[in-house]
Amino acid sequence: MGWNDMQPLLVQATQETLWMVGLATLATVLVGLPLGLLLALTRRDGLLQNAPVNKAVGTVVNVGRSLPFVILIVAIIPFTRWVVGTTLGWQAATVPLAIGAIPFFARLVETAVADVDGGLVEAVQAMGGSTWTVVRRVLLPEALPALVSSLTTTVIALIGYSAMAGTVGGGGLGTLAINYGYMRFETTFMWVIAAELVVLVTLVQLVGEGLARSLDHKRPATRRTFRRRVTPQISAAPKAAETPAREPELTGSTRV
Amino acid sequence: MITTSDLRKVYRAQGRPGSNPEIAALDGVDLHVRQGEVYGVVGTSGAGKSTLIRCVNLLERPSSGSVRVDGRELTALSPAELRETRRSIGMVFQHFNLLARRTVAENVELPLELSGLTRRERAARVAELLDLVGLADKAKAYPAQLSGGQKQRVGIARALAGDPKVLLSDEATSALDPETTRSVLQLLRDLNRQLGLTILLITHEMDVIKSVCDSAALMRAGRVVESGTLTELLEQPGSELARELFPLGEGEPLQGSTVVDITFQGDATAQPFISQLARTYNVDVSIIGAAVETVGGRQVGRMRVSLPGSFEENVVPIGYLREQGLQVEVIASAESRRSAGWGSTQRGTTGVGTRPERSRAGARAEGAA
Repeated sequence: MGWNDMQPLLVQATQETLWMVGLATLATVLVGLPLGLLLALTRRDGLLQNAPVNKAVGTVVNVGRSLPFVILIVAIIPFTRWVVGTTLGWQAATVPLAIGAIPFFARLVETAVADVDGGLVEAVQAMGGSTWTVVRRVLLPEALPALVSSLTTTVIALIGYSAMAGTVGGGGLGTLAINYGYMRFETTFMWVIAAELVVLVTLVQLVGEGLARSLDHKRPATRRTFRRRVTPQISAAPKAAETPAREPELTGSTRV
Repeated sequence: MITTSDLRKVYRAQGRPGSNPEIAALDGVDLHVRQGEVYGVVGTSGAGKSTLIRCVNLLERPSSGSVRVDGRELTALSPAELRETRRSIGMVFQHFNLLARRTVAENVELPLELSGLTRRERAARVAELLDLVGLADKAKAYPAQLSGGQKQRVGIARALAGDPKVLLSDEATSALDPETTRSVLQLLRDLNRQLGLTILLITHEMDVIKSVCDSAALMRAGRVVESGTLTELLEQPGSELARELFPLGEGEPLQGSTVVDITFQGDATAQPFISQLARTYNVDVSIIGAAVETVGGRQVGRMRVSLPGSFEENVVPIGYLREQGLQVEVIASAESRRSAGWGSTQRGTTGVGTRPERSRAGARAEGAA
C-alpha cells in the first residue's frame, strides 16, 4: 500500500478525529466546567458549602470516571442513538467521548478552582463582592492558567479515547488503524497513523502549555527559568514564618 | 465609629471526643474605636485579634454580640445590605491578596467595577488612587513584578477605592521588612490625617502601635485585657502596654533600695526633675533604665530609678515627683518586700497585671503608692 493510497484515507480520518475530539471537547467544557465549579463551591469550607449536593455530584462523577471507556461506549448506546440517531461513525463516537471526559475534566476543574488562594476570595468579599462576583472575577480568572492546563490534559485523553472508539466503529484514525493496520496487516500504515497521533498529541500539549504560561502572571515575566512557580508572597515575605498562625481560611493553599 | 460589644466567636474543634469541643477565639470583646483615630490591637498569636478584625466586616460571623460600624449594626443586615456596607469598609491584608492575573491598575479598579461606575470614571479614580500611594508608574505592572511594600501600597489603594470611612488592616506590615514597614505605616498615618480615615489595625509588633496609633488594646486569650489612648495607658499604673512600649529591662534592684518607674510626657519632659530631686532632698538617685520616645506624636519618657532606703523613707521624694506632674509607680522597695511576702500582691492571675517573669517584683507596692 503506497502513500497515494494512504493519503486520502488519512485526510478523511484525521478530519473525523478532529471533529469528534473538537465537539466532545466543546461539550466537556460546557458541562464539565460548571460541574467542577459546583464541586469546588460546595466543598467543605467552600463558598456554597453543601455536603449533600457535593456528595451527590461527587458520586456521579466518580462512577463516570471509574467505568472503562469501552464499556461506557456500549452502555450508553441507547442514549447515543437518541442524541445523534446512529451508533456508528464519528458522530456517534462524540457522545461517549463527551460523557467520558466530562467527569474527568470536572475533577480537574474542581482542583484548579479550589487551588485559588482563599485570601483572594476574602479580599473580594471584603470589598462587597457577591458569590457570583467572586466566581467571575476571582476564581475563574485566577484559575485560568490551571484550567487551560487541565483542558490540555483532557483533550489529549480525548484523542486517546477517540482512537479506542475507532475499534468499535467510531470512525477517525482509530478505525483506520484497526481496519487497515491490524486486520489487513498493513504494518507501515499503522505506524504512519501512530506517528500522526503522536504529532497531534504533541501539538496539543505544546499549544496548551504555551497558552497556560502566557496567561500566568504569577512569576515575573522577565525571567523564564526552569523553576516551577514560586509563590511570590512567600519569596517576598521573609518574615512570614514568624507571623501568627491564621484561623482556618477558605482554602489557604499555596502552590509550589 | 466601630463598636463591638460582648463579641464572642466560638469554634468547634474537630474530632477530639472527650475534650472540650469548643474553643472561644473571642470571649466577650468590647472595643470602641472613635472616628478619625488609628486604633491598634496587639497580642500574641492565637490571642484572637485576627478573628476580631474579621468580625468587624463580618468575614467571620460572630457567635454572639454586636458589631456597629458607622452607626449600623452589621449582624442585623441582609446579605445584600452587608455587601453594600462592606464597600465603605476597606481592608488590607498581611499577604496583600492581589489578583495575580490583573495588573496593578486592574486590581485597584476591581472594587470600582462592583460599584457600577463607567469605564472612564473608573480610570480617573484609579489614576488618582495610584498617585495617592505613589505608584502611578506601576499601573501596568503585574503584582509578581512588585516588591512587598509596593504590593501593600496597591492593597491600600484598592482598599481606598470605594472611599471608605473605615480601614481595617490585618497585619498589613507583618510580611514586610522594617524599612518598608515604616513607609507603609507612614502612608497609613498620612491617609488618616488627610482623609480623616478611621483605621483599625491589628499587629503583633509594638513598634507599629508606637509609631502610628492613637489608641491601643491588648488582647489575650480572646479578651481585651487593656485598652485606651496611648496617653491614658502611659498614665495608668501597672499598664502592661505602657511597659511593652517602654521596656526598661529587668535590672536587679539594689539591696535595701526602693525602685520606682517614672513616666513623663508632654511639658514634663523638659523638667530637670532628677537633679532637682537630688538637690532638694539630698538623695542619691541611680538610674536603672530609661527611654524617651515619640508616641502618637507626643514626647514621652519612662525612667526606672533606684532610691536608697525603704519605701517609708522615700515617701517625701516620691511625693515631690508626683507634685511635678510625673507619674510614679513603685516597683519594689526594701521594706514592703519583706512584709508583703512573695507574690501576695500579684495581680497576674487576672491577666491584667504582671507578666510571669516579673513576678519576682511581686511586692509591687501598688496599694501603698
